[in-house]
Amino acid sequence: MEITIYGPGCKNCVSLADNAKKALAETGVDAEIVKVEDMKEIAIAGIMSTPAIAIDGEIKIKGRVATVDEIKKLIS
Amino acid sequence: MFAKFADLVAYNLFGLEAETRLGESVHFFFYDTTKIIFLLSIMIFFISIIRSYFPPEKTKKLLSNYRKITGHIMASLLGVVTPFCSCSSVPIFIGFVESGIPLGITFSFLITSPIVNEVALVMLYTIFGWQIGTLYLVSGILVGIIGGLVIEALGMEKHVEEYVYQISSEESEIEELEWSDRINFAKGEVKEIVSRVWKYVIIGIGIGAAIHGYAPAELLAEYAGPNNPLSVIAAVIVGIPLYANAVGTIPIVEALMGKGVALGTALSFMMATTALSLPALIILRKVIKPKLITVFVTVVGISIIGVGYMFNFIMSLV
Repeated sequence: MEITIYGPGCKNCVSLADNAKKALAETGVDAEIVKVEDMKEIAIAGIMSTPAIAIDGEIKIKGRVATVDEIKKLIS
Repeated sequence: MFAKFADLVAYNLFGLEAETRLGESVHFFFYDTTKIIFLLSIMIFFISIIRSYFPPEKTKKLLSNYRKITGHIMASLLGVVTPFCSCSSVPIFIGFVESGIPLGITFSFLITSPIVNEVALVMLYTIFGWQIGTLYLVSGILVGIIGGLVIEALGMEKHVEEYVYQISSEESEIEELEWSDRINFAKGEVKEIVSRVWKYVIIGIGIGAAIHGYAPAELLAEYAGPNNPLSVIAAVIVGIPLYANAVGTIPIVEALMGKGVALGTALSFMMATTALSLPALIILRKVIKPKLITVFVTVVGISIIGVGYMFNFIMSLV
């Protein structure tokens, strides 16, 4: 599984990545976390409000920091 | 309630005299911080619920239906309600331009969005009353419309970085939100915004409190009062490099006005700190070339100065 975090490196993006790490640790799911920080790449993905999280290339939650519980649901 | 708390802390806990400068400053500080942080949390919650109905994707779709002046008006109005942080300005800019929304209309949105920050608006209403709040709202929207129209008229399309036009982004779908999603979003916003702005509020109120107790009213009224025609321009020039959160600027503006600084001058200062800030310009530089940045700063700066003079003029009539 691949988890992609979209965000230009602001505070929200960092907390979203942290939440994703926590969710992985708590569920024991094996996945790779990829960060996309380039604004161009973010725009190409069709994201207009950051941060956003995608699972296996599909954008799940955008415009806010997804909570650990939400990410757990997404990956299980 | 807040006044009582401030009385308690300043006069009983610290044992300060109400009539002294220090006592007055400390009282002002505790009164304002508790009141503002309390109101802020409640207001951000309700505003976020409204905002959850206007994600940028929806705004983009709405705006691609309008052209010319209606487009500018719509863009400016939507700029008020669309959730937007400066780190999203580039993806929003690319998304708008790439979907065929004219450059000027995109700018109408980008200009109004930071000026009429709903949080700042709520604070203006609570601190200064609805008249000044409404004046600020209307003039912020006007600055966005005018700025966008001028940029459109100047035909600046070639001053956008080429790659922006080459991007074709994936059509993203607009997610349907449940009530529980909206409430989660609003809760997240309260937590995120309050944890981000409380420092600015405290610093702003601290400076405001110092001005309240110590600043020489005669001096300020002379240099920044309604009778000094250059004060508005000076306020805007001072305001641009200051990267202040509107939320933190309001208590300073409140205290300055209490000392005789003219309303238009104070509002211009606020608009300049929020609409034109160095970090925001650096982010925008990723998508637009220096010439368009210069035009953007000039057009918005002049519009804000215009608003300041208009307010000072209106106030001189009443």
